[in-house]
This record gives sequence, C-alpha cells and structure tokens, in this order.
Amino acid sequence: MSEGLITVAYIGATILFILSLGGLSHPESSRRGNLFGIIGMAIAVIATLMGPRVNGTLTFGIILAAMTVGGAVGVFAARQVKMTQMPELVALMHSLVGLAACLVGYANYIDPTAHLTGAEKTIHEAEIYLGVLIGAVTFSGSVIAFGKLSGKIGGKPLTLPGRHQFNLALLILALILGKVFLGAEHANDGLFPLLAMTAIALVFGVHMVMAIGGADMPVVVSMLNSYSGWAASATGFMLNNDLLIVVGALVGSSGAILSYIMCRAMNRKFLSVIAGGFGTAGSSSAVAAAPVGSVVAINAQETAELLRSARNVIIVPGYGMAVAQAQHTVCEITKILRGKGINVRFGIHPVAGRMPGHMNVLLAEAKVPYDIVLEMDEINQDFPTTDVAMVIGANDIVNPAAQDDPGSPIAGMPVLEVWKAKTSIVMKRSMASGYAGVDNPLFYKENNRMLFGDAKKMLDEVVHNLL
Amino acid sequence: MKIGIPKEVVAGEKRVAATPDSIEKLTKLGFSFVVESGAGDLSDFADSTYRAVGAEVVDDPKSVWAKADIIMKVNPPMHHPVAGCDESTWLGAGKTLISFIWPAQHPDLMKTLAATQATVLAVDAVPRISRAQKLDVLSSMANIAGYRAVIEAAYHFGRFFTGQITAAGKVPPAKVLIVGVGVAGLAAIGTASGLGAIVRASDTRPEVQDQVKSLGAEFLTVDYQEDGTGQGGYAKTMSEGYLKAQEAMLARQAMEVDIIITTALIPGKPAPRLITAGMVQSMKPGSVIVDLAAIQGGNCELTENGKVVVHNGVKIVGHSDFPSRLARQASQLYATNLLHLIEELCPSKAGGEIYVNMNDEVIRGTTVIKEGVITYPPPKPTVPTTPAPQLFAKPPVELPKPAAAHGHGGTDAPASSRSVAIVGLVGAVIFGLIGFSAPAAFLGHFTVFVLACFIGYMVIWNVTPALHTPLMSVTNAISSIIAIGALIQVSSPGILITLLAGLAVVLTAVNMLGGFWVTQRMLRMFQR
Repeated sequence: MSEGLITVAYIGATILFILSLGGLSHPESSRRGNLFGIIGMAIAVIATLMGPRVNGTLTFGIILAAMTVGGAVGVFAARQVKMTQMPELVALMHSLVGLAACLVGYANYIDPTAHLTGAEKTIHEAEIYLGVLIGAVTFSGSVIAFGKLSGKIGGKPLTLPGRHQFNLALLILALILGKVFLGAEHANDGLFPLLAMTAIALVFGVHMVMAIGGADMPVVVSMLNSYSGWAASATGFMLNNDLLIVVGALVGSSGAILSYIMCRAMNRKFLSVIAGGFGTAGSSSAVAAAPVGSVVAINAQETAELLRSARNVIIVPGYGMAVAQAQHTVCEITKILRGKGINVRFGIHPVAGRMPGHMNVLLAEAKVPYDIVLEMDEINQDFPTTDVAMVIGANDIVNPAAQDDPGSPIAGMPVLEVWKAKTSIVMKRSMASGYAGVDNPLFYKENNRMLFGDAKKMLDEVVHNLL
Repeated sequence: MKIGIPKEVVAGEKRVAATPDSIEKLTKLGFSFVVESGAGDLSDFADSTYRAVGAEVVDDPKSVWAKADIIMKVNPPMHHPVAGCDESTWLGAGKTLISFIWPAQHPDLMKTLAATQATVLAVDAVPRISRAQKLDVLSSMANIAGYRAVIEAAYHFGRFFTGQITAAGKVPPAKVLIVGVGVAGLAAIGTASGLGAIVRASDTRPEVQDQVKSLGAEFLTVDYQEDGTGQGGYAKTMSEGYLKAQEAMLARQAMEVDIIITTALIPGKPAPRLITAGMVQSMKPGSVIVDLAAIQGGNCELTENGKVVVHNGVKIVGHSDFPSRLARQASQLYATNLLHLIEELCPSKAGGEIYVNMNDEVIRGTTVIKEGVITYPPPKPTVPTTPAPQLFAKPPVELPKPAAAHGHGGTDAPASSRSVAIVGLVGAVIFGLIGFSAPAAFLGHFTVFVLACFIGYMVIWNVTPALHTPLMSVTNAISSIIAIGALIQVSSPGILITLLAGLAVVLTAVNMLGGFWVTQRMLRMFQR
C-alpha cells in the first residue's frame, strides 16, 4: 500500500474518531459512536500493517502474537470488570498507554535508521524526551490512582513536608537533564539522561497522585486521561505521524475539559487540586461554625412510609452507593415507587463518585431509565416541589454550608439543594463527616431524617417495607 | 421502670398520653407499662390494643399511680371525681410525673406537687430551641388546633370554601383571614388554602411574611413601623400606635372576609383583644369567627370560652379543646413527643431507667420540680453559645479566601479579562518562537495538532455528563492509537527495539480491545 493510500486511510480514521466522540453527545447515538471508533481503529491498524514500513513474516508473526495476547487480556478484563470498578479499570488502562508511550519513545531513540541533523534532530529529540516524560508520569500516576481507587493504597492525601519544593526540584532536575540529553553527540551518551529523567518522571507521577485525596479522584482520573492523550500526541510528533497527533490532541483536550468540569463542580482550582492535600491548606477552616441542633434518626420502615406517601421523590446517590453496591436495590425501589405513580428522579452531582459520570453508569447498569437521571443544574430548582429527597451515601455534595457559610472549606461549591425538599432523608453509616472533613448542617435541619446503616442493607429493608 | 398511663379526668378530654405504637417503642428501651382501662377509648385505642403490645391494663386509677414509677398524662393532676381525692396525693418520692403543668399560671398546683417530693416534668416548659423541637408538644397541639379550627369553621360556614362555576350558577370562593401566624396559624393557612379559600394572614412579626407567602396566602401588613418579635419565637405586646393601625386594618378586613380565625397568644398574658364587637357587627351574616385563644380570654371581644355563640348572624366558635377534637391524631403526636422526651431522659437508649440530667439545657428547662424542689423558672440560657458572634468574629480572616477564589473563577470581570490577555500574550510569544525557529515539517504537524485540539474542545463540550465515564473509556481506547508507532518499529533492526515495540503492541492491544469492549458494554446499559 502506498504512502498516499495510508495517508488517506489515516484521514478516514481521524474522521471516524471525531464522529465517535461526537456520538457520545446522546445515549441513543453513543453506541453508533463507539462503533465508529472501532472501525476507525481497525482502518488505522490495517493500513499501517499493509504499509511499506511493516515487512517480513517474522514481524507479522510478532505483531499477531502480541495483539492476540494483549487483546485477549483486554477483552477478559472488560468482560469481568464490575461497574463499580470502572474507575480502577480506566486508571489501569491509562497507565498502559503511558507505558506504551515510554516504550515507543525509547525504541525510537535507539533506532539507528533515523538520520537527522541540526534543528530537526534537536526537535526530534525534544519530542522523544517530552513523549517519554509524559508517558512516564502518566504511567506511574495511573498506577497509584489505580491503587487508591481499588483501596490497595489508602485514600488519604500524602502530604510530605515541603512537597511543593520537592516537585519544583524534580522539575528543575528534569530540565537540566533535558539540556544534557539534547546536547548529547551520540545516542549512547543521551541514554543516561533519558533513563534518569524517566526515573524522575516516575517519582513525580507517584508523588503527585499520592498527594491527592479520594474525592478529588474524578479530577485525577480525567487529568491522567488527558496526559495519556498528550503522550500519544508527543509520540505522533516524534514519528512524524499526523494520525497520532490528531488523536492524541482529541483525547488530551477531552481529558482536560473533563478535569475542568470536575474542578468547576467542586469550585476548586485545577492547580490546587493537583497541589493536593485538601483540608490542610486552609487550616483556619476547622473553626467553621459548628451546626447546632440534633439529628433525627429513623428506621427503614419509616423511610418506606415517607416514600410511599410522597408524590415527588428525588434520589441523590453518592460514592457510598457504589461502595455498598446498592444500585440494583435503588433501582428496585424506583420501580416500585414509579409503579405507584410516584414521580421518582435522580439528581447527579458532577463529582459524585470517583470518576466523571460514575453514578450514571452504575444506575444504567441497574437499568434505571436514563431519562429520569438528571444533572444537578437540571434538577436543582425542583427541590422545593419535592416531597422526599433521599441522599444515598453522599455528603459534601449536599452540604448547605457551601452556600451559607463563607468560612466553610467548601464554600462556593455548587451543591444539590436537598434541604429545600419537604423532607430529606440521608443514608449514612455514621455521623462521620465527609471527605472534606466538614460537618454537614443538613443533618441538623428540622426537615432532615437520618437513616443509619449500610446503604445496601437499609435499602433492602426499605424495599421489603414497600412491598 | 414502669410507666403508668391513667385515664384523663377532665370532662371532654379525649386524648391519651401513650398509644400502642409509642408503648411498643418504649418497651424496646426496657420500660414496662400499666394502663388504666379505657384510657384510650376516646382516641379509638381499645384496651386490647394496649394489651397486644405487652402493657398491663388495670381498672383502678389509684393502682396505676401506685404501680408506676413514671406517670405520663395529658392534663395537670386534679381532683378525681370517682376516687374522690386529688390525683397528686397518689404521687410520692421517687416518682416522676410528665404532663402539661403550666407552672407560671398554677403556683398552687406547683406547691402541692412539690410537697409530694416527686419529680415533675412539664411538657409545656420544653425550651423552644431547635434541638428540642421533637419534644415540643405545644407545636404538635397547635398544628392540630390550626387544622381543626378550619374544619370547625367549614362546618359552621354555610358555603363552599372553593369557588366554582356550576350549571346552577357561580359560587365565589370563601375569604379567610388568619390573625396570628404561629404554628397554629400556619396550619390553618395550609388547610384553608387546601380547601380552596382565598387566605390572608396578619402577624406582628414581619419575618413570618415569607412563610405565609410560601403557603399561598397573602400577608397583610399593618401601616406602622414596629417589629413584634419577642422571646422564643413568640410575639410581644405591641405599642399603642401599632395597635391602632392594626385595629383599622382588621376593621377593614372584617367587612370583607367570610371567616376569621384568630390564634394570637402572648405567653403568660391574657389574649390580646383584636376583634371588637363593632367588627363582628360589620361582618356579613353567615360569617364565622373561630377563636383559638378562647381559653385565655379570646382574641374576639364576644368569644365565650367553650361555646359557640351567634351575634348578628355571625357565629363565634370558642371551643377550648381543639386538639382533643382530633383525639386520635393528637394522642399520636403527643405520645410521640413524650416518646422522644423519654429517649432524651434515657441516654443509653436501653435499660429502662431515666436520668434527669440537670446539665442538659432541654431537660433542665422541662423539669419544673426535682425531687420536691421547685426548679421553675430555669436560669436564662447562656448567650455566648449562639453562632452569630462567631460569624461576625470570623470574616476578617475568612473572607479573603472566597473573594480570591471568585477572582480566579472568572466571575470577576477585570481579573478574567486580564488573565485572558496574559494567556493570549504568552500564546503569541510561544507561537512566534516556534514559527521563528522550527523547520517546515514540524510546523505542518504543529498546525494539525493545534487544529485537532480545537476540534476536541468543540466536540467534547457536546458530550452529555451522563456519558462521561464511557467518554473516558472510549478516549482511552482511542489513545491506544500509539500502537501505530509501535507497529512501525517492530520491523526496525535490533532485537531490543523489536522487543520494546512488541511489548508496546501488547499493552496497546489490551487497551484497544478492552477499552472498546467495556465502552460497548457500558453503552448497552443506557436504556430509556
């Protein structure tokens, strides 16, 4: 296949990828979108394999074997993964992209067939350096994110003393090594700075994600998504391959936008999330006005009673629902209530859960119809006309202090205004405060009821009482 | 401990201090019960229903008081017509009485009760703070009274509440005026507007205006500047000038409305006279006045306590027992309030023992006699615990933070336009440098890169938030396009390169197939 044909095939693949992302604007068109993505990928791979730069039976053998092994692993993982574990899987996959970018960068650097000189050589090497750097950060950062999301590493932010200085030192070191690397006359001379920089980048990735707490994970996951895109883009520059550049840029900007949306939903600046250690920076916040009053606890039977006598119900799920695997029970409750003619809807906060859109996927898995699952902005004005707002395993995203108390660490964060409903029910394990360490005045509101216990167990009891 | 539930002795009292429901819950806390036979009859709780939840039912009131450690009842102790002696003589050291007492109004009763060496908790003395709301029987009863007042008015009123246009002619909606918007007033507003009436309300405290409006009623303002907010959420007595302006307003309203429901009470004082005989005179025949303050002298000059009287065709309802007229509901709420009180007194939530903790603000306020010693009135609550001063003390330290956040968040226009300018300038410099020094081939790729970023930006904003997770997994799958780079390198010379590239192919293949597969799996789940 000639270079021209390959280029045309790549353009086709690019268009298909754009269509694929565009298809996700609506659940109806999304499956077709994914299909476009698959076709685009197939075209790109086949065109490359048929191109002049892939030759020899052995090469095809290796590629076939590698793709079979990798593909089998991927399909196996994709089939086995539980929907509550999606964030972990996505983080793990980001790490693979990062590692692959590193490997391709190294392979490209030691490739003796390239003969470049002058500015072109410098730019090419800078591209390699950058590609490996981003790849390594993505790799180690994603591995740590995977560890945190799967609970293998504690969710608490690790805040080393002088961590900003540490990061800065790493950055400066990486820049110096970069200068040494670019100045290297021979390929072998450059290998050491490249390896050293890779080590630094790995340490940086680990340190960066370690410093970020559990509930900031949506930002981290989408940020790593973005990085994996930039890594692909850098690889594209390195290989003079427009397809990689375009796709990398698409993925990179997608992740960046998601990070931005997540930060906006928490009213936090991207840099402060990345700098990590939420709650320690604003130590004065600890004195925020403690709520007064008492909490009213109810049991599952009374909850069922409240739900049954309601006309409008809004359910606000949070990470606690995912932890307790309660989405199927929630769906069952929804079905029963809707069967009774009660208008049940869901209010989803953008950062509910551990990755963007996490709650939507869980509810979809439980077969909750997607048209009753609404975003915060769509549903917030409906709370005053709602009889019961049920909060399942969420805390900070329904905290009225974000609006009322300018001294609160989460002041200004958009929240779901559940307290405006006639009655709100909060399901929680205990009175412990949320991730932000802020006491929640909602619990002490007069029209709020607490249902203590494991979300799954309590909801099962509620179902039992509803029948 | 054993809790005794005697039958109420006041004539016409239908309520009972415990329901089978509340007894069942308290039994779980370790308490046992003795109930006088027939105690719940008038609230439609038969003796058998008490027996069913494990309570002992006895015929004789005296043995209820004798067997029980704690007596829960509705009305204060009084002369027992059948036994021929005062109920308080059955109290004694070590016993606890929980009921309405009205200690300020009944000093003699307080002395008698103190002489018995018993402990007395007055449910009417529960402090009006938010923590004690679940024990607040006054609110529960006022809520019922407000509802019942509208029902009584509807019963005596000869027309529909709601306006209708029927084949037999047009019916105008009834106009209801609620004077005094406390708990009872709010309940009355809700009930009357629920029945379809046009509802207006008036109160001396301006802060209730929003509550009135939220229930769909019109708030009538008095043409005079004075705030009537008193202690504990009650109103205070108003000045002469205000009262004049208020009278003029009510006089105008009286001529217009069909029903007046008055609920104006100032604690410990006779009810204010708001509706004069002249105003009653000016009302349309067939109108109804329901006076919830009848027991304290009435808000209307012509109210007679406990009676319905007719003046010039206007019926004036002066019942003194509105909650009791909804006996089952009133008993349920009263019993639940007492249940919460016992829970407060029994902090361990088990063991069936109560502990009168005089350091607890709520229990301190409610306890009017502790082991024979009169502890009423309670000391004034300590003021510094209110959150307001704290709030004022904080802003100097706290305020700069949100302000700064807003500045960078983009709501502050000058700052954001400045930052846009900076970003633009930096971008221009970088682009200039690249254009100056980079070779042509790189610039071609760079163009593609920048344009692709913009396409990505445009496309991604259209993605619905519900699909953010599939978006991440599909972009993840797509980013395995890096495989192309690896594929090209596999056939490069050198076993190390082949090895590295081969490994990269394996990794990207995991992503490619796994990513698309899991995305498809997720998207299939999204159903309408």
